[in-house]
Amino acid sequence: MALIAAWLFAWLFVERLSKTLAPGLGDNAGLGLLIPIAFGVTILVVWEVVTRAGNVPQVILPPPSMIWARITASVPTLLADFQQTFLKAVLIGYALGCGLGFVVAILIDRSPFLKSGLLPLGNFVSALPIVGVAPIMVMWFGFDWPSKAAVVVIMTFFPMLVNTVAGLNASSAIERDLMRTYAAGYWQTLMKLRLPAAGPFIFNALKINSTLALIGAIVAEFFGTPIVGMGFRISTEVGRMNVDMVWAEIAVAAVAGSVFYGVIVLIERGVTFWHPSVRGA
Amino acid sequence: MTRAGPIIVVLLAIVAIWYAAAIGLNAPWQNDVYRRGDMVDVPFTQFVQDTWNQEKPVLPTAHQVFGELWNSTALVAPNKPRSLIFHAWVTFSATALGFVMGSLLGVGLAVLIVHNEAMNRSLMPWIVASQTIPILALAPLIVVIGFNIFTGTMGIPTDPARLMSKAIISAYLSFFPVAVGMVKGLRSPEAIQLDLMHTYNASPSQTFWKLRWPAAMPFLFASLKVGVAASLVGAIVGELPTGAVAGLGARLLAGSYYSQTVQIWAALFAASILAALLVIAVGVVERLVNRSMGARPA
Repeated sequence: MALIAAWLFAWLFVERLSKTLAPGLGDNAGLGLLIPIAFGVTILVVWEVVTRAGNVPQVILPPPSMIWARITASVPTLLADFQQTFLKAVLIGYALGCGLGFVVAILIDRSPFLKSGLLPLGNFVSALPIVGVAPIMVMWFGFDWPSKAAVVVIMTFFPMLVNTVAGLNASSAIERDLMRTYAAGYWQTLMKLRLPAAGPFIFNALKINSTLALIGAIVAEFFGTPIVGMGFRISTEVGRMNVDMVWAEIAVAAVAGSVFYGVIVLIERGVTFWHPSVRGA
Repeated sequence: MTRAGPIIVVLLAIVAIWYAAAIGLNAPWQNDVYRRGDMVDVPFTQFVQDTWNQEKPVLPTAHQVFGELWNSTALVAPNKPRSLIFHAWVTFSATALGFVMGSLLGVGLAVLIVHNEAMNRSLMPWIVASQTIPILALAPLIVVIGFNIFTGTMGIPTDPARLMSKAIISAYLSFFPVAVGMVKGLRSPEAIQLDLMHTYNASPSQTFWKLRWPAAMPFLFASLKVGVAASLVGAIVGELPTGAVAGLGARLLAGSYYSQTVQIWAALFAASILAALLVIAVGVVERLVNRSMGARPA
């Protein structure tokens, strides 16, 4: 009963806030953040109350307080896993995959034939369950992080390729004509017009890939790992029914993924400051 | 033909590279075999042939993979665990169930978000945040726990319970693209069109059914295509935990345990074919819906 009341109260609070915010104050970051934060706190409170009051077995869903206790108690383990999975497999694979996709896009952009041959394939591969190559990569590159990085490279390559090629065609004919009137060469046009115009597309791919990379690395670790890594920890602790540890690992992964995404958004705002979606036009 | 030409050339190039790479990657093992068999001066043609037809190659060749596909689909009864059709069906049923649940949830959330400002401000950030949780990483947990709940407290028999717990993951993965796409789509009518509805004194529900819903169709199908691919990945990863005995994901894992590379590749290709079929199916439905709604081909 109290729970429903709390929920209704939170609901009214959000409703009020939205009403006061709706006329014009939408850009105020502080207030704009307040609502989701209030909502999040509500969810955590409800989660805690339900799991404690409803006697939900810890195996199914431990309360947030217990997860937090587990996080603070096992910082070294979590840190080692984070280093193994995120700092090695994810970041290296991400950099390689995005870099390769970008370079290949610029190379095939010069050849209409290759473009019409590779792009449909790239789009097709984007829909495939690429995570399945993990066992093959483990065989080729061994159990340690290179095999995970290889999976991440394959996963991130195609979105980057397709988006960059689309972005390179984003500049309009009149802008390209202007470059011609300036007698700009191919490379000058690329650097000064087409790449900046492709910025939003490239960052779109970078954002998509940031989540793909993390998930790819974690799932790849289900197929065989050394005894460290987030995916390894999750799969073994599930087997041992230490669910609080699993959730702690998930929390770390969620925070890492969000921060990773946020950093890319910040870079995007700095680089494509001219774009309407950033200017808030 | 002008459109297919380059694609065919690129595909042929990929197959050629594939066979060339197979020689290089399988050579060390083949040389070992020759050394153990005291075979010297093996003619190059035979060496190439041998690298292309190993029992457990590092990189199986195309004809091995498709041969395995053929052997495990056409030559085996589809109700036997040796049959890939059987495994593909298991994966497909979880994918389809999860996809339907996720799509309905996504559309429902989008309708709420578009029609209610408080919902929009409170739900939208959380829908985005929900995707930062690597659900695929949670898959083993959800499958094991879901399975236990379904069989234990609800008394559902094992097979549907297994299906349901995989479908949950599929649904979770597919609701996000659908929700985001539909929010975009339902907001795509321009102010002038909404004003026209206002002039007609249309009720909110009339505005929804006569303007917003039709306007959102292209967005809906674009996100359904993304969603169905995500559902399949969810179902496959949901099959990895022990306890999954059937499905393409289980085949992948079994192949990786026993280093049956040809089997892994065959399962991978089967998964890819399934993904392609699912996306094509969504495309066919899209065309039918467009025709019945009187849309003109763009």
